[in-house]
Amino acid sequence: MVNLTNSIFRKLFSRPETLRYPFVKRELPEGTRGRIDIEIDKCTFCGACEKRCPANSLKVTREPKSWTINPYSCIICGYCIEVCPKKCIIAHKEHYSPNT
Amino acid sequence: MNRRSTIPFGPQHPVLPEPIQLHLVMENEKIIQALPAVGYIHRGLEKIAEKKDYIQDVYLAERICGICSFMHSQNYCQGIEELMKVTVPDRAKYLRVIWAETHRIHSHLLILGLLADAFGFENLFMRLWKVREQILDIMEKTTGNRVILGVCAIGGVKRDITPELADYVLRQLESVEKQLPELCDSLLKDYSVRQRLIGVGVLPKDKAHELGAVGPVARASGLRMDLRERGYAAYGDLDFKMVTEEAGDCYARTTVRVKELYTSLELVRKAIQRMPQGPIAVPVKGTPPADEVLARIEQPRGELNFYIRGNGTRNLERFRVRTPTFANLPALLHQLTGCELADVPVIAICIDPCISCTER
Repeated sequence: MVNLTNSIFRKLFSRPETLRYPFVKRELPEGTRGRIDIEIDKCTFCGACEKRCPANSLKVTREPKSWTINPYSCIICGYCIEVCPKKCIIAHKEHYSPNT
Repeated sequence: MNRRSTIPFGPQHPVLPEPIQLHLVMENEKIIQALPAVGYIHRGLEKIAEKKDYIQDVYLAERICGICSFMHSQNYCQGIEELMKVTVPDRAKYLRVIWAETHRIHSHLLILGLLADAFGFENLFMRLWKVREQILDIMEKTTGNRVILGVCAIGGVKRDITPELADYVLRQLESVEKQLPELCDSLLKDYSVRQRLIGVGVLPKDKAHELGAVGPVARASGLRMDLRERGYAAYGDLDFKMVTEEAGDCYARTTVRVKELYTSLELVRKAIQRMPQGPIAVPVKGTPPADEVLARIEQPRGELNFYIRGNGTRNLERFRVRTPTFANLPALLHQLTGCELADVPVIAICIDPCISCTER
């Protein structure tokens, strides 16, 4: 009990552990796998990413040229980034916002 | 004769992090028999694993559990590597130990917090989880995710820990180690806490062996069972020392977990200091041969077994998972028999139940 009392007094004079979200946003470290995006100009629509995606979240068609991702089923594992022959799939550290 | 009644404990109960139902046959306040009912969160993962290819299964195995996710993927990768005769670089083995042990620290802090919550010590629960956040920060900074790390791959690991990151990890561990004694004293020396834990849910050594208990539950009963002693990954080079207790009650199980926090902190520190330079992965080509392997690993809750059978194609013939909580359920039922109803939450939490793993 004594050590808890000490701790309570220490905490009274320390800064809060939480952030005032949404006014203060948490800074994400470099390398965070937030969301998957594509540099569409480089894409050859080969479909390698669609074939390997463990969650079947990618849809790639050659005619018409399209690359779409289902953000709700994507598990952001990064396997598509590894297998892309043109290295045009990238991971951003920011997550999808709720309105996308 | 006293009147008997049956009380359903769960599947939704304030102390249970996941759904499991225990039918408690009561005689007054005493439990005569406990019968489990599982199957609330079955996901059919073993069948899905046969449909996906063996590389996609790494991501699937990682999602068997949300607490010890890295160890599931590590065990799966170790099994496939054994099957395909792949030799993993030494640096990758050390990196696997670092992430596996940080997972063990965060898992133990999580369950110790939930235990504190189960006996009504909410302040301790929140403070233990605050310390756990620092461990999650280590994982986020080194791998890019807080819990589902996604860094284990067949043939090694996907990310390296640079010297700057290693310094950061060591600083965080030092900070965690400074905060632990105060919290652990509250857990192990507080009068009220000792009253709730000592002599509750006793599992004698012979019974633990007979019922096939694993992990901290078995070690708290005096069984010397820890797969890390076999030296898989880099454990053989890190002078690992097993923690055991003799009493077999909830207090002994808590003590084992508290001591294992310090063991894991030491293991991460040693792994960072002794980690050799070199590649972190080797390329893996081909498919798993038509052969079988039993992969075993020590999870925070005990021994995890994966039975993997290949058939020469990219898909597996069979993938079978035996999780530690499944092995500890008979021990839980034994502990519950004869105890008071008020002790059920503490006993149930003390085996560290992970129902998602168990039901897959």
